[in-house]
Amino acid sequence: MSTPTTTSGPVLSVQGLSVRFRMRGDTFVRAVSDAHFELAPGECLALVGESGCGKSVLASALLGLLPGNAETAGSALLDGIDLLRADEQTLARTVRGRRIGLVPQSPAAHLTPVRTVRSQLEETVRELTVTPRPDIRKAAVAAAERAAFPADHLDRYPHELSGGLAQRAATALALIGDAPLLLADEPTTGLDRDLVERTVDELKRHTGDTRALLMITHDLAAAERIADRIAVMYAGRIVEQADARAFFGEPGPRHPYARGLLNALPEREFTPIPGLPPELADLPDGCAFAPRCTSATDACEVLPPLDSGVACHHALEAQRA
Amino acid sequence: MLELQDVTAGYERRAPVFRAVSLSVAPGEAVGLLGPSGCGKSTLARVAALLHRPDSGRVIIDGTPAGGWRHRAPRAQRTAFGVVFQQPRLSADPRLRLADLVAEPLRANGRSAEVTETVRKLTARVGLGAELLGRRPHEVSDGQLQRACLARALVLGPRWLVCDEMTAMLDASTTAALVAVVEEYRAESGAGLLAVGHDRVLLERWCDRTVQWGGLGASLTK
Repeated sequence: MSTPTTTSGPVLSVQGLSVRFRMRGDTFVRAVSDAHFELAPGECLALVGESGCGKSVLASALLGLLPGNAETAGSALLDGIDLLRADEQTLARTVRGRRIGLVPQSPAAHLTPVRTVRSQLEETVRELTVTPRPDIRKAAVAAAERAAFPADHLDRYPHELSGGLAQRAATALALIGDAPLLLADEPTTGLDRDLVERTVDELKRHTGDTRALLMITHDLAAAERIADRIAVMYAGRIVEQADARAFFGEPGPRHPYARGLLNALPEREFTPIPGLPPELADLPDGCAFAPRCTSATDACEVLPPLDSGVACHHALEAQRA
Repeated sequence: MLELQDVTAGYERRAPVFRAVSLSVAPGEAVGLLGPSGCGKSTLARVAALLHRPDSGRVIIDGTPAGGWRHRAPRAQRTAFGVVFQQPRLSADPRLRLADLVAEPLRANGRSAEVTETVRKLTARVGLGAELLGRRPHEVSDGQLQRACLARALVLGPRWLVCDEMTAMLDASTTAALVAVVEEYRAESGAGLLAVGHDRVLLERWCDRTVQWGGLGASLTK
């Protein structure tokens, strides 16, 4: 099974990850198609895209939490374990919480409503670490402190917490297992700007130099704030991967969809991308963005591969020219 | 004019969420109300849309004081408002197909004859294709469902729109698309808008003027 991590090499290596759901009548919903990416220690990758583009399915695939009708292909190596092939026992006992810390989308729903934050922290400490019984209480307080959760709120129930504090409680739980990979699935949905900034800054701080952070989000401002690299997902495919500074600054995004997404921001042009994303059950053979793209040509009827960071025929032509 | 005068409201008599807040929106004006989460701005939006009865204070719609709240509001006042909430999942009946979701206010007001025509026009305007209209909420994404909820808010041709964090769950492109639909409707109908949110950049770009929650004369009770 696993060997201790060596210092070099990526924390997570995803190669050709595809997920499809078998539906009635033998049709398939292709939620994720052929995703490749790697995450180095200390790195933060933001996976951005519209709702329904397959981002969260990718997260569920890494945690082995897909529903029964899902079929996966490819590999996702974390610490020598292929997350897509591992059995439930391996995932439950060595991956979830221990190798992947999940910062959930809606902390209020993630926490157990009938138990206090302290009791949930203590349970997690007991399950995930080898702490002698008398020290558990202290370890739980320390865990709360690590995520800047105020000690005088430890005996509160989740419904007595504000959105920001619930988020910190969930983060504290995610950090207890000291996992090398933090997976944050829309950690900032519904939070106000100040809280968004505080939450992502804390995630970045916890990532440090040894962990890696995969943040799934539709909030481009949050991504810009902390990400080292950006992966843009459209209709289940990663259509662009770029250095965050190049993506948000100069030369900017290269894929027309990514450009449209940035231009839709109120601080930029505030113009929407025309049309709607395609149905994942009915994807075209060629470029999925072509029907909404102003520069689409006949070439777009062939699926563009992800080549030097971008999956678009036109972006590559422009580069070669 | 949509006027809120010295409104105190909350969910417990003895501990209102806010006290003595006043705010007015001129016809055709777009006002953005900014505030941190938990400050009571959504409660104020509900009061303004006649969906929550304040403990004290008055709401005056085009010169007439509000005649009731929720289902007791006079029909003419109730239908003067179109409201879009933050979470489309919680504000859509899961049993209704999107077409029926949009048509519901027309049917409830005895205007079933207009359904086919109006629904077709409005869903095209918010960018919902014909194949999506036959689906139920669980079969569409948050963005698609919010598009339907916006169409529903516009279906009676309201004079006032209240958008409570309409775009908080949505990506940048869908946000820009929905704001464009609201503005197009306002340009042709002259409707006023109260947009509540915490995204300063968005509301300043969208609205004629923005007000900060603290500047409303509100004395928060917490």
